[in-house]
Amino acid sequence: MTTDSPIDEQVKISVRHLNFYYGNHQALFDNNIEIYRNRVTAVIGPSGCGKSTHLRIYNRIYQLYRDQRAEGEIRIDGQNILDPSMDLLELRRKVGMIFQKPTPFPMSVFDNIAYGLKLHYKLRRSEIADRVEESLRGAALWDEVKDKLRKPGTALSGGQQQRLCIARAIAIRPEVLLMDEPTSAIDPIGTSKVEDLIGELKKEFTIVIVTHNMQQAARVSDYTGFFYKGVIVEYGKTSELFTKPKQKKTEDYITGRFG
Amino acid sequence: MNKPAVFPQSGPAKGGPGGTPLSDKIFRWLAIGAAALAGLLTIAFFLQLAWHSYPAFREFGPGFLCSTQWDTAEQKFGAAFAIYGTLVTTAIALLIAVPAAFLTALFLVEIAPPLLSRVFGCALDLLAAIPSVIYGMWGLFVFVPFMQTHVQPFLSDTLGLSVIPLFDGPMTGFGFLTAGLVLALMSLPFMSAIMRDVFRMVPAVVKESAYGTGATTWEVARDVTMRYGMQGLLGAVFLGLGRAVGETMAVLFIIGNSEVISLSLYDSGATIASVLANKFAEAEGLAKSSLFALGLILLCITFAIQIFGQLWLRKIRKNSGGGL
Amino acid sequence: MTSSSPSPLKCRRRGLFRRKLTNWFVIAISAAGTLIAAVFLLWILWTILRNGMHSLSLSFLTQPTKPYGIPDGGMLNAILGTAVITLAATIMAVPAGLLGGICLSEFSRDSRFGNAIRFSANVMMGMPSIIVGLFVYTLLVMTTGNFSGFAGSVALAIIMFPVILRTTEDMLCMVPNALRESALAIGAPRWRITLAVVFRSARSGLITGVLLAVARVAGETAPLLFTALTSDAWPTGFFTQPTANLTVTMTEYATNSPFETMHVRAWGAALIITFAVLALNIICRTAFREKKA
Repeated sequence: MTTDSPIDEQVKISVRHLNFYYGNHQALFDNNIEIYRNRVTAVIGPSGCGKSTHLRIYNRIYQLYRDQRAEGEIRIDGQNILDPSMDLLELRRKVGMIFQKPTPFPMSVFDNIAYGLKLHYKLRRSEIADRVEESLRGAALWDEVKDKLRKPGTALSGGQQQRLCIARAIAIRPEVLLMDEPTSAIDPIGTSKVEDLIGELKKEFTIVIVTHNMQQAARVSDYTGFFYKGVIVEYGKTSELFTKPKQKKTEDYITGRFG
Repeated sequence: MNKPAVFPQSGPAKGGPGGTPLSDKIFRWLAIGAAALAGLLTIAFFLQLAWHSYPAFREFGPGFLCSTQWDTAEQKFGAAFAIYGTLVTTAIALLIAVPAAFLTALFLVEIAPPLLSRVFGCALDLLAAIPSVIYGMWGLFVFVPFMQTHVQPFLSDTLGLSVIPLFDGPMTGFGFLTAGLVLALMSLPFMSAIMRDVFRMVPAVVKESAYGTGATTWEVARDVTMRYGMQGLLGAVFLGLGRAVGETMAVLFIIGNSEVISLSLYDSGATIASVLANKFAEAEGLAKSSLFALGLILLCITFAIQIFGQLWLRKIRKNSGGGL
Repeated sequence: MTSSSPSPLKCRRRGLFRRKLTNWFVIAISAAGTLIAAVFLLWILWTILRNGMHSLSLSFLTQPTKPYGIPDGGMLNAILGTAVITLAATIMAVPAGLLGGICLSEFSRDSRFGNAIRFSANVMMGMPSIIVGLFVYTLLVMTTGNFSGFAGSVALAIIMFPVILRTTEDMLCMVPNALRESALAIGAPRWRITLAVVFRSARSGLITGVLLAVARVAGETAPLLFTALTSDAWPTGFFTQPTANLTVTMTEYATNSPFETMHVRAWGAALIITFAVLALNIICRTAFREKKA
């Protein structure tokens, strides 16, 4: 670990001694990191370094697969989410996730967003409509789809689909948004819209974004963690990490010498 | 179905400098001929059955469909009882088998640990592979008595369902209900196998994002997996339906084979297929022609199921805007 | 707070408890349903084994069937008959099915003709087997005036044909185009490429498909009721005479006979055919899984 907590930041997620295993294979080694409230934290590193694996522990989505397990401690607002008594549905309501590929559900644009709402809340029809609009505005998608709310979500363009997924995630008012390479499958225009959106969203949410694109990390994030072979090599303010990295490995990576 | 054409439809093979070699031409026409056989046979089925059922339709007209009489002495034949029996048994079978197939597929793909899933999946596959005549024999000697001594008294007396005419009548063990249950058992593994494939086709990342929204296993299955694979699921139902409608041997052994239309599910009856198997050997002249007419009706029903199924699937596919 | 950021939710939460209860309920009944299906399989197999074991003896396996009322007798002619009828059906259906599948995957993938054939094959696969029997009856029994094992084979071949055709198409479609192109680039004629390159790389899938189709028709009864019928003779009159086979013999013994001994022999026949079919299935599945792994 290479940073001390800046005084003016509030810790949202605190990861302590996190190890992760795929069966007998250990993928993460003693990860320690602190994610700050209302900040964008980027996670970078070469492919296969464990950055996605790390992210997927925050909402325990890895538990869908039988042979994967995590050890250590992840506290969100002080509560250890790796505790077996943690309620997964409640955790996943609090911690939303955006995936590498846009994953609209096989239903209309409107229903895609209303779906999570209806799962978690008892709402009247008009309230749902309000919140759907609010979320679509929040995801900067409203103007583009307000006439297509009844069209299937899969009929939108790739970039729109990804913002639809963001709208779906923020509709249920999570506190944390996890983004796993959210722009890797969409075109440059869609990418820049999503990046702009991330800047807006951090006012409301704590965002952790995994990206293989260093420019993107530099553009959107406040803090950056560099992963290499399952270890957090360096973590700090984005501006510092990219301009004066403390570790040789980090410098090699961000100057393009490997990865 | 939109597979790209591998080669240009016609045009010279790149092998011979002077155009298609003769061996290639022969091979090509052999292949096309074999494929055309599928179409020709389908048409031939209709023509042959129509031709041989013509005397019956000429004699009885459209009334053949509505008449319940099957009287060899008076030479009066009608199809209504057989159509009724087919509908009732198929309805019972689907009512049970469709949800059961969905749930077993859900269990095997989404819930069970790998080892359990393998063992039970194999069991279901074997259940589907057992020849139908075996279901018939088991039904006749084991399941019919079981129904008579346990299930029917339980339904009618213990649960008191005998106030409904459906569950009122002599408890012989034979009849619509037993046949429908055995048909359900037969079509369950068949539908379940297709549904399992459908469940596996849903991309993991779509399921993950549904779980990521905070949905439970059942909610993900109901709202995402099921919708995503709706076309495949419906396809499975239609294939199962086609099987149940035309199943002969299992039904023949246990439905009781009588030419009646009865509201009671405990009563004996007949289906189109069981009438064919039961009466064909002794039938002569007009009776035989009437049996061919029944065969033609069955052919048309299964054909309609197929067409309806495929058109429906196409519609669904359009509505959901294709997959990812 | 900006205009785009949502306000905190102040609304009624849906009860987690109820959602979880529903979830557990569904999991429980889906597990129970699967278990019940497996119990039925065991029940059926157990019934066949228990009743069929009594009749399995040397004479059962070496003697032909005897007319009604004669207490002894075996099943050998029916076993041979089933084997001959199925074999002949396979010999007819496999080349036609393979060629048809080649046509769909190599020559007319997306043409109107191809789609029509695919549709017809699907319809044929969904066609009740008894209708196939009826059709072959009009074609071969009415015209010749004879029931025959051969007619039975034709009926079974018609059932197998679309299955093999579609399996072949599916398997060949999985063969990468690069393989075809590289073979064409050598300058081989088309039929050689297809047979040598394409078939070879899809071989295990094709064999599995054919064997599963064989397993499926070997246990068929309904089409044979109208074609092969049954007989107490050896299957020598395959082309002109009714031919003994396990399934129809079994049906006769089980339904039309008052003699307990014949019921027992029917169970014996059931035992043979069931385990033959299941064994074929298990072999295919394990062999195919190994290939995939």
